[in-house]
Amino acid sequence: MSVVLETRSLTKRFGGLLATDNVSFQLERGARQALIGPNGAGKTTFVNLLTGVLPASSGEIMLLGDRITTLRPEARVRRGLVRTFQINQLFGDLTPLETLALAVSERVSGGGEWRRRLGAVGSVPAEVEQVAGRFGLLDVLERRTDTLPYGKQRLLEIAAAFACAPQVLLLDEPAAGVPEAERRDILDAIAALPEEVSVLLIEHDMDLVFSFARRISVLVDGALLVEGEPEAIAKDARVRAVYLGDEAHG
Amino acid sequence: MLLHLYLRAMSAMATILFDGVAYGMLLFVLACGLAVTLGLMNFVNLAHGAFAMAGGYVTVVLMDRFGLPFLACLPIAFAAAALLGLVLERTLYVHMYGRSPLDQVLFSIGLVFMAVAFVDWAMGSSPQNIKLPAWLQGRRDVFGVQVGIYRSFIIVICGGLALALQLALMRTRFGSRLRAAVDDARVARGLGIPVSTVFAVTFAVGSGLAGLGGALGAEILGLDPNFPLRFMIYFLIVVTVGGTSGIVGPFAASLLLGVADVAGKYYLPALGAFMIYLVMIAVLVLRPHGLFARPR
Amino acid sequence: MDAAALGLVRRARWRWPEVVLWLLAYAALLMPPGKFLILNEIAILALFALSLDLILGYAGIVSLGHAAFFGVGAYTAGLLAKHVTGDPLAGLLLGAAVATVVGFATSLLVLRGSDLTRLMVTLGVAMVLGEIANALPGLSGGADGLQGVTMGPLLGCFDFDLFGRTAYAYSLTTLFLFTLLARRIVLSPFGLSLMAIRRNPLRAGALGVPVNARLIAVYTLAAAFAGTAGALLAQTTAFVSLDVFEFHRSADVLLVLIIGGAGWLYGGIAGAVIYTLLQDGIAAFTPQYWQFWIGLLLVAFVLVGRQRLVGGLYAMLGWARRR
Repeated sequence: MSVVLETRSLTKRFGGLLATDNVSFQLERGARQALIGPNGAGKTTFVNLLTGVLPASSGEIMLLGDRITTLRPEARVRRGLVRTFQINQLFGDLTPLETLALAVSERVSGGGEWRRRLGAVGSVPAEVEQVAGRFGLLDVLERRTDTLPYGKQRLLEIAAAFACAPQVLLLDEPAAGVPEAERRDILDAIAALPEEVSVLLIEHDMDLVFSFARRISVLVDGALLVEGEPEAIAKDARVRAVYLGDEAHG
Repeated sequence: MLLHLYLRAMSAMATILFDGVAYGMLLFVLACGLAVTLGLMNFVNLAHGAFAMAGGYVTVVLMDRFGLPFLACLPIAFAAAALLGLVLERTLYVHMYGRSPLDQVLFSIGLVFMAVAFVDWAMGSSPQNIKLPAWLQGRRDVFGVQVGIYRSFIIVICGGLALALQLALMRTRFGSRLRAAVDDARVARGLGIPVSTVFAVTFAVGSGLAGLGGALGAEILGLDPNFPLRFMIYFLIVVTVGGTSGIVGPFAASLLLGVADVAGKYYLPALGAFMIYLVMIAVLVLRPHGLFARPR
Repeated sequence: MDAAALGLVRRARWRWPEVVLWLLAYAALLMPPGKFLILNEIAILALFALSLDLILGYAGIVSLGHAAFFGVGAYTAGLLAKHVTGDPLAGLLLGAAVATVVGFATSLLVLRGSDLTRLMVTLGVAMVLGEIANALPGLSGGADGLQGVTMGPLLGCFDFDLFGRTAYAYSLTTLFLFTLLARRIVLSPFGLSLMAIRRNPLRAGALGVPVNARLIAVYTLAAAFAGTAGALLAQTTAFVSLDVFEFHRSADVLLVLIIGGAGWLYGGIAGAVIYTLLQDGIAAFTPQYWQFWIGLLLVAFVLVGRQRLVGGLYAMLGWARRR
């Protein structure tokens, strides 16, 4: 098993606040790993550090053996580190076709292509078709995104990330807010992700975590508290204390 | 001989400094309303200069047509511009809070265009003069420095206003309510602060101060229908360079701008406002929150 | 063909109103002389607004100083015609080239900060260029404007006539070619990435779009378009004055684009037609206070909303024509 994504003593300070505290973390190829933690544990900050939205205060981030700590977000995407967003960040008045074609074109032709029509570049239409088919979006390709049912929007969110051909996919609460009826589609889509894509699921929903993850990392107060197999995490006294304590307080 | 030249240069410099400070103080009173609406309430109001122009023209009309003395006109100029500000805030501006900057820009440019054309129609396009009372005219020699009496008058009034504003913002109940409303309007509403009234009063006072500035400044800045457009960028510079965390920054920026502008026009007249614009761009690019803002 | 491929082809297809528009615009050349000057004005304004549309409508950069590039193009073309050669195409190319350089240099300034910072920086750049032109009266002609611009024949055989027929044909063709280019660009992957950036730069970056590089590219490109429009104005009116840099020019083009609709390839053209007709109509009864009505229109636009107002406007124009 080889490591695809790794952080070494990754730290982020906001003034006096330690939002990410010396996190050393590894994700292996083909992983189905979950990152959990109570509210305010620093999960969002950690994802923002990984994807380059925030600069790290110290520490390193390695992707496929290369140091990417100071790379810009889009450069990390091109190297295969792609995320989805928890709250809908889709382009509401564009169509799924356009959203997917954008992601594919950026990858295939560098996206700076201006002389040719969108889709005139070799494999773009075929790849869009393939991704849309995988996520059940073929019948809504040319509708405005903001008119789609929420479940479809969440699927598009994952599909757009998938269209970037990720090596590592960070799924940030993929099923949050989805009505029960459409939830199944999303879980199926996640379960059907190709084995070679390494997935890190950032999630609150313990049912989803325990049905999906083969390994779980627990983040508390910006630091890694414990990592391990789901059964071990479920039994871990410290994790129970954190979660039960969290619930007891509010 | 050399010493003589040196002394003359020094005294010229002192005069420039003095004039620049007076000019800067005036700019502060003109722009401080914008510092609050743009800086604190995040509203891009390019029409701020129109309120200053209103104050100036009210003074002209009152003095020329009704023969009121200059000093009596000043409070009326304040009140008229404040009333105009209040009415416009309640009827039009209130719909613009929270809209996109582009909408606010288009809206306020529209207001400026209307104000400019209206004044042109009502008062003619030629520059207006305000006849200062005799006791405010002339210059006096203080330790070899030529000191304009009217400019001293402006420094005293505007300096006093700046101090009063700072105290009002920091020490009064209204000031703390305004700061709370600006900080988080929703929380402030929850605390029972009448946010929209606070904004309306603030807007009116800011407009009134601009009107007062327009009346005071007509003599120095000139008064014609294009006034709001001519000075728009100056007001914006005061706010953006001064930063948006209170009125101390804009005050310092006004003084800097005033001195730099007067000195620039004296020593490098050909360059005009070139340097000032350049400095503004540099500040904006290097410190987008203003020169005097605390880092967030 | 697949659904995706079909959809992508359909997205880029020519629509019949586009074709009709260009046929009508060229058919106007056959009219008796009398309206060519105003048509020329419309074509130039449309190109200028198209340029603003690229950055504002597509990429979401709010600019209050787009006249900077218009002015640079105008002075470059004017000076070239006055001092070196009267060949129109040479002036057009050089005007665009110099504006491109200025656009690229200043594009770095608009990358940072909020919309407000961008407003101020773009405004400041136009002001600085205006001050430079003002400070060099030997070069710019100062307050009197650049006199003595004489143009040679277009392509060596078409003289610029008094009625402006050649001028209109020249400006219209330039507008047409640049619209084709813009059409190409906005329908390309590059154009789509701009649309994504305007809507959500963070999300665009997360899909692999290099946001800053794209903004620099489109800002530079828009400067070239605006410089071309400025060069056209200088050449077809044989005059350049300091007002090419003025705030009102930047504000007007913003208004034109907003009237026509930003983020739409024909927004600039539609806006230029409506704006010029309005100006012509209002100026007929109150030339001096035209600015008031423009201001009122802007305020109404924002308060009432563009959609509802434009509907009313079209109805009004129809009514005025029937009378």
